Amino acid sequence: MVDLSYLIDPVYIATIIIFIIGLQRMSHPLTARSGIVWAGAAMLIATLVTFLTPELTNFALIAIAIVIGGGLGYIAAKRVAMTDMPQMVAIYNGMGGGAAAGIAAVHLLGTTTPATSTLAVIGGLIGAVSFSGSMIAFMKLQGWMRPRPITFPGQQVVNMAVLALAALSGILLLWQPSFLPVAFSAYLPLFFVLSLAFGILMTLPIGGADMPVVISMYNAFTGLAVGLDGFSFATPNYAMVIAGIIVGAAGTLLTVLMARAMNRSIANILFGAFGATEETAVEIQGSIKSIEADDVAAMLAYANSVVIVPGYGMAVAQAQQKVKELMDQLESRNVTVKFAIHPVAGRMPGHMNVLLAEAGISYDHLFDRDEINQEFPGTDVVLVIGANDVVNPAAHREGSPLFGMPILDVEQARNVIVLKRGQGRGFSGIENDLFYRDNTRMLYGDAKETLGELVQAIKRL
Amino acid sequence: MELSLFWTAVYIVILAAFTGYVVISRVPVILHTPLMSGSNFIHGIVLIGAMVALGLATTPGQQIIGFIAVVLGAANVTGGYVITERILQMFDSSRKKPGKGD
Repeated sequence: MVDLSYLIDPVYIATIIIFIIGLQRMSHPLTARSGIVWAGAAMLIATLVTFLTPELTNFALIAIAIVIGGGLGYIAAKRVAMTDMPQMVAIYNGMGGGAAAGIAAVHLLGTTTPATSTLAVIGGLIGAVSFSGSMIAFMKLQGWMRPRPITFPGQQVVNMAVLALAALSGILLLWQPSFLPVAFSAYLPLFFVLSLAFGILMTLPIGGADMPVVISMYNAFTGLAVGLDGFSFATPNYAMVIAGIIVGAAGTLLTVLMARAMNRSIANILFGAFGATEETAVEIQGSIKSIEADDVAAMLAYANSVVIVPGYGMAVAQAQQKVKELMDQLESRNVTVKFAIHPVAGRMPGHMNVLLAEAGISYDHLFDRDEINQEFPGTDVVLVIGANDVVNPAAHREGSPLFGMPILDVEQARNVIVLKRGQGRGFSGIENDLFYRDNTRMLYGDAKETLGELVQAIKRL
Repeated sequence: MELSLFWTAVYIVILAAFTGYVVISRVPVILHTPLMSGSNFIHGIVLIGAMVALGLATTPGQQIIGFIAVVLGAANVTGGYVITERILQMFDSSRKKPGKGD
């Protein structure tokens, strides 16, 4: 066969450039779609050119593995409902981390230099943590596990001990001291088992509402693992290094932005077991008052301005299409309809934007917290659809676990209607002061059905 | 890795980190999901590493782990791409609704 391996580096360089341009295009709504198409084309060519790598064997195995993995990934991603996107992003993050850990393991089983094996160990540790942690996040989001934090006494100590042991076994793996009775080969499985265990333990105490931060963090972890793994090859794979580190940096930035939106430190999110403890001893003044759909319909139809606050409950009920119908009805009656989007509403960054876009609501109706907050005092009706913690005024009360979290100040509107499935609490497990306010009415029921009733009632008016 | 190679690596990592930071820092909230899922796709580049790892594997143990790594990497790439494309497609169609848009 003709040696075409000289093509590899130029193609990899072009791939990286196109990735960067693609990401940049993805940061603007108008060009975003072309960005991913560019990046996809670059990835395809990079994959093909990789087959030209000198001394490459096992071609059949590689091809079979690509067909299996690619086929499964394609089918799952095509079939999944838009509301299940957070867990799909989590699971693909985990797979990337798992692949990075696998590469590290293959290299550690072969001949290495001290430098390449050190980077393989670090990349392997991070990749394995991202893999098992993402799987737990996936199971929590998919409902295969209780989304509430899982805690036990001495959890932080146990977690830190497991991490320390994983690091220690990694060091022994590199050092290979002759005085220890255990053979070198025993450390490799031990190292990965401990790393995977740490990923699981680290994710268990993190609650459902903190998942946007966690998903984004594991995205950064996988990127970092891929980047470091790029150095574990006999000839460094700079395409992996650069793409991985870019994702690591971007993911870290996104994680920080998410955490800031909740006014909490990343350490607090990771180790705080937020929502595990029940808030007690706070007497909330007032009572919860419910309302019927017909009354809400009249209230909405004769309002001047309505602000809709969507939350995870809207996603669960798949109610976004009904929200769009309601918006159309109201707009035909010259009611101004706006959407207030909290940065951490839902289970992944930008979750609400995606669902509303799916329903065909254009993004000039959507407003960030900073833009919409001063408008609430002049708003006639706020309709809260399955959101809870992000509208809880307890965030303004010192001593509340939510204290300091920037919220949507919906309680300042003239009327607040809360659509809610039942009388349960939000994922944080914290009682919501908003429900007890004089200007708040609760409309119980499945969000999709309730919205359908509202649309019909408005049509009849 | 020699010392000079080490410093080359440091240069590359720092510049790549800055690139990631700068490219992402001006992204509006509306695009956080596609961006996250897009960067999810980008780290699917791990596939090419997994291919090389499996392609150069000699022992059965290496081959098994390498095979799993390629499967996972390929799923990451295709899944990440399809999801990002689907999300962005929705943003596209929501723009094209008549009467709205800026």
